[in-house]
Amino acid sequence: MSDDTHKDAATKDASAAAKDTAAKDSAGKGAAGKAEGAREFLSVRDLRIHFDTDDGLVKSVDGVSFDLKAGQTLGIVGESGSGKSVTSLGIMGLHTSDRARISGEIWLDGEELIGADKQRVRELRGQKMAMIFQDPLSALHPYYTVGAQIVEAYRVHNKADKKTARKRAVEMLDRVGIPEPARRFNDFPHQFSGGMRQRAMIAMALVNNPQLLIADEPTTALDVTVQAQILDLIRDLQKEFGSAVVMITHDLGVVAEIADRLLVMYAGRCIERGTSEQVFEHPQHPYTWGLLGSMPRIDREQTDRLVPVKGAPPSLINVPSGCAFHPRCPYADVPPDNVTRTERPELRETTGGHFSACHMTREQREKIWTEEIAPKL
Amino acid sequence: MAAYIIRRVFAAVLLLLVVSAVTFAIFYLLPRAAGQSIQSMAAQYVGKSPDPDVIKAVIKNLGLDQPIYEQYWHFIKGLVAGANYSFGPDPAHCSAPCFGYSFKTHTAVWPQIQQRAPITFSLAIGAAVIWLITGISTGILSALKRGSIWDRLAMGISLMGVSLPMFFTGLALLALFSFNWLHIWNVHYVSFVDNPAQWAWNLILPWVSLAFLYSALYARLTRAGMLETMGEDYIRTARAKGLVERKVIVKHGLRSALTPLITIFGMDFALLLGGAVITESVFSFQGLGAYAIQGVTDNDLPIVMGVTLLTAFFIVVCNLLVDLVYAAIDPRVRLS
Ligand SMILES: Nc1ncnc2c1ncn2[C@@H]1O[C@H](COP(=O)(O)OP(=O)(O)OP(=O)(O)O)[C@@H](O)[C@H]1O
Ligand code: SF4
Ligand SMILES: [Mg+2]
Repeated sequence: MSDDTHKDAATKDASAAAKDTAAKDSAGKGAAGKAEGAREFLSVRDLRIHFDTDDGLVKSVDGVSFDLKAGQTLGIVGESGSGKSVTSLGIMGLHTSDRARISGEIWLDGEELIGADKQRVRELRGQKMAMIFQDPLSALHPYYTVGAQIVEAYRVHNKADKKTARKRAVEMLDRVGIPEPARRFNDFPHQFSGGMRQRAMIAMALVNNPQLLIADEPTTALDVTVQAQILDLIRDLQKEFGSAVVMITHDLGVVAEIADRLLVMYAGRCIERGTSEQVFEHPQHPYTWGLLGSMPRIDREQTDRLVPVKGAPPSLINVPSGCAFHPRCPYADVPPDNVTRTERPELRETTGGHFSACHMTREQREKIWTEEIAPKL
Repeated sequence: MAAYIIRRVFAAVLLLLVVSAVTFAIFYLLPRAAGQSIQSMAAQYVGKSPDPDVIKAVIKNLGLDQPIYEQYWHFIKGLVAGANYSFGPDPAHCSAPCFGYSFKTHTAVWPQIQQRAPITFSLAIGAAVIWLITGISTGILSALKRGSIWDRLAMGISLMGVSLPMFFTGLALLALFSFNWLHIWNVHYVSFVDNPAQWAWNLILPWVSLAFLYSALYARLTRAGMLETMGEDYIRTARAKGLVERKVIVKHGLRSALTPLITIFGMDFALLLGGAVITESVFSFQGLGAYAIQGVTDNDLPIVMGVTLLTAFFIVVCNLLVDLVYAAIDPRVRLS
């Protein structure tokens, strides 16, 4: 079932016709997408995105790999500047600057995107893969109504007349929980509240039933109660449409509930990756420990909490030698021979599918985690 | 939107009143506040060492011996309903809007303005069309091809445009095409009504020299605006939808990039309507700018005041138009 839909979407001419059927079948497709053993829908291999700037080469993303199955959610976490947005824009093919140097492989549903025909990637954008941005106010055009912007997104990929497109847009606004959608269709973005704007962005991203949805910190600009609503909405829609979701955030709390798999980024590299369970229950990297320590918890006093990661994120032009995290790592001297400062730790598999990049032995990490870190969380 | 328009028009009318009051104060109140006697004030209106009878006539005509509010009333009444001047042998009626009466030339200012305005307007409108087209398109291309040879060349020329003085460009063009090298033009103003072809033909050099400066400026502004806009989040959103780049630029980029230009254009154009002083003098056109210069060099205050008032009027009106256009373009303005 899910494979059939993929094939339809892959042929350009058939895709418009298939769209309506796809829309009707979306509920069923969701169920199929969740099936165990589905093949990888998105595969990223050794992705590198560097920027040639006047100050030097900025290695924003430096060798990141991951897989994502249809219907699953991958959480990418990391502090500001770790390369999360650059990664996601890279997948969408949205690095337009001629100073961007991109290498590696991005396979979307069996199709390689890096080096692919630009026209082809543009066709996939908004149709097979869609993206929600951090700040919905600046991401929506101030001069056009919310409805017109959704209609535009629909008509890029569908030969629909204005009336049909409008109907579809109102339907989407309704689906994402905008009250009186037919009336609000004519509102401008500044007439929406922050939460509603993000809902509208989601409606716009999902109007073509994309099979991959990338959400780049979709809740950061919103207040806490709205955050939860938006996350619930994304989760519901994912179930309904069966799309693969990449959820980017610097807040582990956000992905704790909705991610199947997690990828922790530091200075443009992946330093830990595994299932949500593996990373939350047995985190293997000191940086992940720090992130867990900075998760807000209501049931604990702030004082006896673990100190979150100290210090500032590193420069991406002169990335620290060896382990990029060593200037901030409290355990930098645990591995022998100063190896943390001279040798870059490779991603190694600890248990099935759980990878981390740290020179400490598994026993050393196990010990620190159970004795020092876990009790304080 | 209707409420917005009414509000803006109302504000513009108020502003016009304020502007007229300020202009009035500059010419009538300030000299007196500075301690000048009404005799010496009146003397300025007729030139050096006039006889006492003439001065008396000026005082009477301008009402300088009356209280200041009477004078202001007189002034406003003249603008709205016209005024009568009995100066010299034949009394003159200065019909509304009476912008004053030049005692030195024995003429009312308004008919002069009427006669000269078409020349200045022809200059301003033609030049504006040229500079908007060339400036904006150059700016857009430069921004889209940033760093290319084309961009560098365009920005180099535009740097010349903004730094070369207006009279240099004008005189250089005249020297090349009219006096010394190619004798193509013998530039003189021909009224549009008399002969549209000759009108345009004779205006080409003045238009080009005037537009060069502004084109350069507008090319730079457009380029900067375009570069800024193309980096906006909503442009990325437009691309994320899968829109073709041409649509991203035209539909999402241009409109925002060009909006700020409207304000600047409104101001530039309004000032030009009040007289393109340098261009007019380089090409010996008898427009409003030349008239203002005449007023200043002859120390003929009513002329200076008339042109000042007119320019202020253009600025207020252009500002009103700018506000309305802005509201039509940017929903945040009209809905707030
Ligand atoms: N076009 C560009 N040219 C040069 N450097 C860039 C460019 N885009 C991003 N960078 C740099 O790449 C680094 C990673 O940026 P990125 O936006 O991916 O961070 P992030 O993980 O998304 O952080 P945040 O949580 O703040 O969104 C930053 O240091 C940024 O300055
Ligand atoms: S490799 Fe060394 S510095 Fe890096 S995280 Fe492990 S212990 Fe810390
Ligand atoms: Mg980001």
